[in-house]
Amino acid sequence: MTFTQKHLLGIEQLRPEEITSVLDLADEYVDLSRRDVKHSDALTGLTQVNMFFENSTRTQASFELAGKRLGADVMNMSMQASSIKKGETLIDTAMTLNAMHPDLLVVRHPHSGAVDLLSQKVNCAVLNAGDGRHEHPTQALLDALTIRRAKGRIQRLNIAICGDVAHSRVARSNVILLNKMENRVRLIGPPTLVPGHFADMGCEIYDDMEEGLKDVDVVMMLRLQKERMDGGFIPSEREYYHRYGLDADKLAHAKPDAIVMHPGPMNRGVEIDGEIADDINRSVIQEQVEMGVAVRAAAMDLLARNLRAARAPETAEV
Amino acid sequence: MTTLFTNARLIDPSKLTDEIGSLLVQDGVIAAMGADVTAPEDAEVIDCGGKCLAPGIVDIGVKVCEPGERHKESYKSAGLSAAAGGVTTIVTRPDTLPAIDTPEVLEFVERRANEAAPVNVMPMAALTKGREGKEMTEIGFLMDAGAIAFTDCDHVVTDNKVLTRAMTYARSLDALVIAHPQDPGLSKGACATSGKYATLYGLPAVSPMAERMGLDRDMALVETTGVKYHADQVTAARALPALERAKANGLDVTAGTSIHHLTLNELDTSGYRTFFKIKPPLRPETDRQAMVAAVKSGLIDIISSMHTPQDEESKRLPFEEAASGAVALETLLPAAIQLYQNGDLTLPELFRAMALNPANRLGLPSGRLEEGAPADLVLFDADAPFVLDRFALKSKSKNTPFDGAKMQGKVLATFVAGKAVYS
Repeated sequence: MTFTQKHLLGIEQLRPEEITSVLDLADEYVDLSRRDVKHSDALTGLTQVNMFFENSTRTQASFELAGKRLGADVMNMSMQASSIKKGETLIDTAMTLNAMHPDLLVVRHPHSGAVDLLSQKVNCAVLNAGDGRHEHPTQALLDALTIRRAKGRIQRLNIAICGDVAHSRVARSNVILLNKMENRVRLIGPPTLVPGHFADMGCEIYDDMEEGLKDVDVVMMLRLQKERMDGGFIPSEREYYHRYGLDADKLAHAKPDAIVMHPGPMNRGVEIDGEIADDINRSVIQEQVEMGVAVRAAAMDLLARNLRAARAPETAEV
Repeated sequence: MTTLFTNARLIDPSKLTDEIGSLLVQDGVIAAMGADVTAPEDAEVIDCGGKCLAPGIVDIGVKVCEPGERHKESYKSAGLSAAAGGVTTIVTRPDTLPAIDTPEVLEFVERRANEAAPVNVMPMAALTKGREGKEMTEIGFLMDAGAIAFTDCDHVVTDNKVLTRAMTYARSLDALVIAHPQDPGLSKGACATSGKYATLYGLPAVSPMAERMGLDRDMALVETTGVKYHADQVTAARALPALERAKANGLDVTAGTSIHHLTLNELDTSGYRTFFKIKPPLRPETDRQAMVAAVKSGLIDIISSMHTPQDEESKRLPFEEAASGAVALETLLPAAIQLYQNGDLTLPELFRAMALNPANRLGLPSGRLEEGAPADLVLFDADAPFVLDRFALKSKSKNTPFDGAKMQGKVLATFVAGKAVYS
């Protein structure tokens, strides 16, 4: 079997052929989602718990839908509201949950490394739905799938990631994935939001957007968090839009067939011009959302296969 | 009571010698030492079998969690841990709950220490009330009550006026001020050293430059006030030129570093291992090597354990949320011996930094093998190998980064004023 992981904690742990196997299976699940009867039995009988220690609408909905289409019993737990306020530690929460025998645990947490820590304390498959500013592997995989379907390959492309790289787990996972698949990655943004240390990770760094976008095949925009806009990292929203907001003039420096991506939710008029976002010839932002469900379905399916294989010898002995 | 240690490798940090000889202890004091020492007939003779006999370690900056968190470390457990680690004097930190900032709290601490700890305990007191950096403590009263130095520990006094006044006042009493060189604005929220590693792991990080900025500021104020100053931990290569300049300019300045910054680097924290989370955060390997060289040259004067007990609950958390610090009284010597076994530092150089220099800085007669010095001694086997088991530590807290590490250097016996406190 190509995909040998027990958990999906980050792109860092995946081999290139494992990434490809997720994307290949996800392609099949795209077809499933487009059918009238959007249902398979891949996860029938399994319990999927979505545990979100940080607000999320889109990612949680995507995981929930993916699980339901594959027949899993899905439960959503919004953790800000419950035990955290009562002072329970992350490990206690994990142990409590583990006693309920979940099979797939989808976790988002505001601190880097927290999902890793949690995965050590449970005996089910854990999927990282974003930990601090560390990794967001399913986002990078859905971006890769979107690129592969648009460009026909996910190798030897020039890809620019623009905006708040410093605080972005999406950027980290994408940098790791795109490097593993042998692409050239450029990071574009003001130096307060694009630390020079990313050069050590094999990226080219630009603080000039037009120069950075020159001849790229893919433009990935990142969301700028509201709390970074008030003079802390950048002087103002309008100056940021002027220098780093993606509009037609700046995009003209990229290749004529370059695609535009955004992990959402977008701030129109801050990091991206509304017209670009809606341009069906350039923007693949809606397709990213569709690929998200397929990639998450594929990842959970592959992890569930490994989980069943790991459990099989025990049942055989009985 | 007379004891003769024979056939010992005498580690003398004053003369920087490491030679076989004998050492005579009479009434808790070193009476004679050298190649041929004659002892009275009734003397107890201890054949050291060629093992090392060195002055007991004087450890500046030990956290004992009394008052406030006795479940993490008490004077008894810290004392037993020190004795097992060859540490004969612990210089304790005031960052307790509440802070040790009044003579009354200090007297409580001394009473507890004298009842329970088998080693010498020298308490430090806070420099400002509540370690809040606003008003200086009663430095005079605290000295009368036995405070050996003044420090707000890892709280940096940010108000330069407050710090200048506290330093000026301390100088009039010839008090030693110990500070944590760090720019607190730059390092706010950080739990790693900025660089490739922190970037990859997505951890909030601080540049080592923050340490140099803190040290630069402190050196300017030492120049202004003329106070006796010790930097608790210098850990970044970039901070060393500031230290070198200050010493060359004749300021009364010394600096320490922690054993962890000499033996570990930032890669050890990979996989978000919180037992390696310390303050300042572990540095890149180049910094570690620079610190080892600075100890060898004497630019960094003192090696400390920075013993900081934390319970499991405060460590078993996501890296950013986990508490900082590591217990180290029992691993200070074996970790230091790694540096000796690697050929980085000689044993006399190590004991210069762990015993002689700290004793001199605090005005203590211990920390040396000299006639008339207190017989605070450690007998150890520098080659004996072992695998560290954290649950075997005497400390109440088990948060050591060396769990499972293959180490060398076993303490065979520890003596305080000639009396065995561990064997």
